[in-house]
Order: sequence, then structure tokens, then C-alpha cells
Amino acid sequence: MSPIIKKRGEKFTLPSKYLLFILTILCVGTIILTFNTNILSGTLNTAVGYVIVPFEQGISSVGKWLSNRSEELVQIRELLTENQSLKAQIDELTIDNTQLQQERYELTNLRELYKLDSQYEEYEKIGARIIARDAGNWFHSFVIDKGEQDGIQVDMNVMAGSGLVGRIVDVGPNWAKVSSIIADNSNVSGQVLATADNLIVSGDLELYAEGVIRFEQLVDSSDKVVEGDKIVTSNISDKYLPNILIGYISTLNIDSNNITKSGLLTPAVDFEHLEEVLIILELKQKVE
Amino acid sequence: MKRTIVMALLIFVCFLLQCTVFHSLAFGGIVPNLLIVLTASFGFMRGERSGLLIGFFSGLFIDIFFGEAIGFYALLYMYIGYTNGKFNRIFYPEDIKLPIVLIIGSDLFYGLMCYILLFSMRARFNIGYYFRHIILPEIVYTIVITIFLYPIILWINRKLETSEKRGAKKFV
Repeated sequence: MSPIIKKRGEKFTLPSKYLLFILTILCVGTIILTFNTNILSGTLNTAVGYVIVPFEQGISSVGKWLSNRSEELVQIRELLTENQSLKAQIDELTIDNTQLQQERYELTNLRELYKLDSQYEEYEKIGARIIARDAGNWFHSFVIDKGEQDGIQVDMNVMAGSGLVGRIVDVGPNWAKVSSIIADNSNVSGQVLATADNLIVSGDLELYAEGVIRFEQLVDSSDKVVEGDKIVTSNISDKYLPNILIGYISTLNIDSNNITKSGLLTPAVDFEHLEEVLIILELKQKVE
Repeated sequence: MKRTIVMALLIFVCFLLQCTVFHSLAFGGIVPNLLIVLTASFGFMRGERSGLLIGFFSGLFIDIFFGEAIGFYALLYMYIGYTNGKFNRIFYPEDIKLPIVLIIGSDLFYGLMCYILLFSMRARFNIGYYFRHIILPEIVYTIVITIFLYPIILWINRKLETSEKRGAKKFV
């Protein structure tokens, strides 16, 4: 007799191997469905947004408070020494600053002459707090406490301070998921600021502990790119707005093909201690 | 009914802790896998059915928040829970060796599957590095957490079982 036939007076339960089979098919189905589309994510994101996100906000603010207190204790001594060196630095910078102001005055005059727009456009931004990080150890995505209600959409760029953090990949009513540029599955099209040579910046889990990420396919035939050069997002990227700082070149090697160069770069953002981020409320213009 | 509510709460709390508080307590950027401990424990304590259901919902939470496609982690955790359920026959609450071995096995399986399906498929073949820097630290940290978490799970399960028995007696 088949095990799923109901006997009289017995409570009906589905044997676990059938349940496993059904759920397996269900999972495979949803994987196929959601791999390239986001049919299901709308409803699910809304549901979890109201159930889990409030708790995450609470817990992460408590956790942040605790870790801040413990860090404060450790850092007081460091801060004292740092304070001295910073004061010395202030003097140096004031001198630099006056020089730069003079040069800037000259620049504005010249810009007016040439009627150039300012090089960096001002984007409208919104601040958000990180409330949860990836549950596993393989990727480095995180969840922030702003969502559709605050005007956030998929593919908006995320910054912290002056550097690029990543982009929004999933959005719920009051939360959004950010995939960072240091995650192993991330690739960003960038360019060297000084020479405008294009390259590809890709995250790498193997380099995560060293605090650097990899860049590849830099064509630099005139050998002008040097270590320490700034890398910014390129204007040919289809997801990232142009001229956002990614980081600085730390090592530079010539590839075995003798045409392209690759190496490592230090991100401008301290991903380890990231707590607040800025989301640019503007999407890259797309060619339809 | 009571069991369902308690289980939902447990999954909920473990998921929240794993992606908030434990990131502040991470050693070398590695967080322990509480959901594996939960899934595996209820697998070998209660059997295949409990294991696979808890695994499925734990995985689903991860999928919604952090997954590339919905269903991947649900599938992985579900099979871990189901396999642990197979060991229900040789499980005794007094014995700590079997749970530790099973949780190590589950986390190892989880790590290897993540590597094979998410990393080796993208031509990242340095398995030695990933094993030493991701999989192994995660297992060690998870086991340390298990020593504290497992007695709590055992206690909750025992409380539930006694209250269920009491409920059953009333009808007889």
C-alpha cells in the first residue's frame, strides 16, 4: 500500500522523502525563475521588509554602540599620538591650501574664459545606515535601511566618503541590498584619472585579507601610468556614473602578453569599518 | 502549533544574530554559521522532516536578503537538514560527540558546495586558499559557538517535547 494513502482515523502527514522531492523541484524552479528575472522578489522583499528589517535596525544600532565603546577604549592612546602628527600636518596643509587657492582662482578665471562646466558634476545623494551584512563568508554584500520609499532603485551607485562602495542590486520597501566592488563576483569598468586609459576592476576573495582588489586589461602603450595613480569609474560603464573615485594603484605589472597591464589597487573606502553610505539618486543614462 | 512558533522564532533570531551582532564579533572577517547549527541539530534531534523544513526556511531567508537567485541556499540547507535527519536513529541527547561530528560535516559540506557552485564555476581554482581561509575558520568558529548554542537548542527541544507529551496525555 502506498505510504501517502490516508488511513482512517490517522492524521495525514506527507512522508519526508516526498516533501523533500516537492521542495527540491520548487527550489530548482525558483532558481531558474529568479536567476535572470525578478518576478518573485517584489512580494518576498516587501514581506521580509516589514518582518525582519525593523529588528535588524534595532540590533545593529545596539551592536554598533557596543563595538564603538570597546573601540573607543582601545583608540584613546592611538588618538593622542595621532593628534600630534595631525597638528603638524595641519600646518603643512594650510601652506598647501593657500597655494591651491591661488591656483583655483586662476582656474576659475580660465574656466570662465573657456566656459567649461565644472569637471565633477554634483549628484543628489541620500545617506543610509548599514543594518545587516552577508550571512555567509563568501561574498560581501550588505543591507541598508533605505528602500523604494526613499526613492532608491536597482543599479544606483553607492559611495562612502569620496570613494565608490558598490551598487544597489535588490530593493524592498524599506531596505536595499548593496553588492560591493570588493565582492568576488563584482567587475567595474574604470579608468586611470591622469591618462584616461580604461581598465577593469574586479573583486577577489583571495586578496580580501590584504585589503586590495585586482585590476586588469589596462592598455598603457605610452607607459605613463605609475603606482599611486587614481582610478575612477569610467564613462563607458553601463552601471556606474563617471568619475567616482575607486582607489589608488598599489602595484602595477606587465601581463605576459606584453600589451596589457594588471595589478592591485587599494580602495578609497575602508570596507572593514563601513557603517554609513551615500546613495546617488541618479541612474546612469542608458542607450535604449 | 507551539513548536511551529518556537521554530520560526529560533530561525528568526539565529538569522538576525548571524548577519548583525556576529559581524561585530567576527574573527579575521569570518562569521560563524548559526543556521547550519540550527538546521543540523533539529535534523538529528527530530528527524528528516524537521531538518528539511528548518533548513528550507533558514536558506530562504538567506536567499531573499543575500542570494543571487531565490532557492539556492534553501536547497542547500534543506539537503543538509534532511541528511542529518538520517542520523536520528543513533542520536542520544547525552552524547555530544555525534552532534559535533555532524555539525562539522554539515559545515564542511556547505563550504565545499559554496566553493564548487559559486567559485569554481567562475574559474577560481585555488581551492587550497579558500579551504584554509574561509571554510576551515568558519568550521572552527561554528564549533566554538556550537558548544554554547547546542545546550540551549537541546533544552528548548526537551521543553517542547515534554509539553507535547503533556498535551497528548490530556486526550487519552
